[in-house]
Amino acid sequence: MSETIYIPEPSTSFPGVGVSTDQGLLQWISSVDHKMIGIMYLLLALLFFLIGGVEALLMRIQLAAPVNHFLSPEAYDQIFTMHGTTMIFLVAMPAVFGFAVYFTPLMIGANEMAFPRLNSFSLWITFFGGLLLYFSFVAGGGPDAGWFNYAPLNEKNYSSSNGIDYYAMGLLLSGIGSVTTSINLIVTVLHYRVKGMKLNQLPLFVWMVFVNSFLLIAAFPSLNAALAMLLLDRQFHAHFFNTTNGGSALLWQHLFWIFGHPEVYIVILPPFGILSEVFPVFSRKPIFGYAFVAASSVAIALLAFGVWAHHMFAVGMGNTVDAFFSASSMLIGIPTGVKIFNWLATMYGGKIRFTVSMLFAVAFLIEFTIGGLTGIAFSIVPIDWQLTDTYYVVAHLHYVFIGGTIFGLLAGLFYWFPKMTGKMLDEKLGRWFFWLFIIGFNATFLVQHLLGILGMPRRVFTYPNLPWYGVLNMISTIGAFIMGGSVLLLLYMVFKSIRSGKDAGKDPWDGVTLEWLTTSPPQLKNFDEVPVVQGSRPLWNWKHPDNADQ
Amino acid sequence: MMKLVVGTEAMFFICLILAFVYMAYNAGFEPHEVEALDVKTTGIFTVILIASSFTFLLAEKNYQKGKIKSLKFWLIITILFGAIFLIGQGEEYWRLINDHITLSSSVFGTSFYALTGFHGFHVFAGIIILLIILTMVFLGDFNHSNSNVISTVGIYWHFVDIVWIAVFTVVYVLPLFTNV
Repeated sequence: MSETIYIPEPSTSFPGVGVSTDQGLLQWISSVDHKMIGIMYLLLALLFFLIGGVEALLMRIQLAAPVNHFLSPEAYDQIFTMHGTTMIFLVAMPAVFGFAVYFTPLMIGANEMAFPRLNSFSLWITFFGGLLLYFSFVAGGGPDAGWFNYAPLNEKNYSSSNGIDYYAMGLLLSGIGSVTTSINLIVTVLHYRVKGMKLNQLPLFVWMVFVNSFLLIAAFPSLNAALAMLLLDRQFHAHFFNTTNGGSALLWQHLFWIFGHPEVYIVILPPFGILSEVFPVFSRKPIFGYAFVAASSVAIALLAFGVWAHHMFAVGMGNTVDAFFSASSMLIGIPTGVKIFNWLATMYGGKIRFTVSMLFAVAFLIEFTIGGLTGIAFSIVPIDWQLTDTYYVVAHLHYVFIGGTIFGLLAGLFYWFPKMTGKMLDEKLGRWFFWLFIIGFNATFLVQHLLGILGMPRRVFTYPNLPWYGVLNMISTIGAFIMGGSVLLLLYMVFKSIRSGKDAGKDPWDGVTLEWLTTSPPQLKNFDEVPVVQGSRPLWNWKHPDNADQ
Repeated sequence: MMKLVVGTEAMFFICLILAFVYMAYNAGFEPHEVEALDVKTTGIFTVILIASSFTFLLAEKNYQKGKIKSLKFWLIITILFGAIFLIGQGEEYWRLINDHITLSSSVFGTSFYALTGFHGFHVFAGIIILLIILTMVFLGDFNHSNSNVISTVGIYWHFVDIVWIAVFTVVYVLPLFTNV
């Protein structure tokens, strides 16, 4: 397998530009290199993760004891709204894009994204969208109608500060960034794969990013349309959602969730992709059922558009509609379950290495399944009626977003950090971080299932001193602070590793995909040449010509 | 790439059209508001917009054959047709506003202006793009190279026309056959 393919530098993208590699900050700001942009996406996500985390801790301090007056109701409303909005739009999505933009070209043997300048544009418009959102705090008050911003609470007569206008503008801008990145990723995968790599040989991470991008460009216009209508309502006195003048509050719910439910899959599919890389490498086996993992992603993407109204069972849409969305929501559990079994089967009989990355992947299987099961419970309409808008929902969505998305992203961080920086993360401290995070996470959210069943409503700034309420909330607050502490430990680990970490070398994990072929970190030009791709594990074939996949 | 852009834009307009239909059935439009629309006049402007798609096709054909002079001619005609459509839309808005049908007068006004306004904005953006291309043609940028810029812009321009056919059908024609 000594045959290689020469990879030309896309010189036409940068006519007449020479590269000097020592320009400090300016080099980062002006960069169109997909690796620098990927790292900046991750830093952006980290920045907002810290802000969103502080907001979460403020809420937990307020809720630690009954009838607490640490935060005013108005402040509490703004903080839970911004916490949700930040974590979804400014943490989960930029983090997903960070890995996607950094590793998609590397894993398909390309030297750049299809549109490098568009890539840079996407990053910065997302960043400025986030700034605009946070500017609301100094412009008279943040948005305060929850991250899904229900009508008519989002209308001027219920929320008179400019917070919701900033919410709409900020999300429109970052939404444009998300759509352009997705288009960029699709074109990159379609046109810049190394010669010979077929679509059904794509690394699963790239495949899921690819499918996800289609999902995103189909889902975001619905949010953008809703936000545009909301701005028309608020600024020009239109009546889309204003019920007193014949508008419809339900229209907002429909438009938001037609976007909102696919959005949930938008932030989970790429982490699924990361896990589909991590499990095989650390089990020293090929992925079990490549075709099933790939096809179930497509099934999830299609079904994602048929389940939105399960967020709306409580509005009384009628039995037929409820039954349809109940059934479709249960149906989407199937392709997700297929993936879980595929990953389990990948581990079965493998020589498993429990690195920190693999620990997060295994923990994902457990925690995400808990979130998945409570989700299936919600698709049963009477259970939803009973539990909707209680802490049971809060527990469910955090098991999906943290136990799913964040665990997947952390598995990816520990897996790819050596490639991005050239340094290893400390595995021993990593274990401390892992266990602290797991304990903190479960302490915070497991008890919230009970609180929800006891009937504690979400989004209310305090609660009366009912039996168990105080104790369970205190456990939850302690758990949140353990999680907060573990994040500080992670920051220290990253800092320490960059300063004095062990050198990683090209291929510390004995990887099977093309990103491990080049140096760590890769040079501005990723590859000079790439081996001919036959099968979905090109680097394995190159290392083991006698035992190659066909 | 332009196909993907158009795809995501199509979803955007589907949402706006759905909002219009939803409003029609939900709260109900008042009959005099729907009757205030002049199907015949707007129909003429619709034909002009559709014609601009064909003139653009002619421009593209001539470019492929290397006939730069005809390219210039048909591009100018396309831009003119687009502009006439916008003038027609402006005239219609003027008339409706004089009838006291505005963005904030009722749900009909709200959904009508949002839908047609966003479409008009897309036509406007298309005209700007075509003007840029026309300038480049006059500067000689399209004399030799076999660029795919013109066919890419064409995808967008045809898309804007197709959206208008859908909008025209839903907003102007269907109410004639139903009692909303």
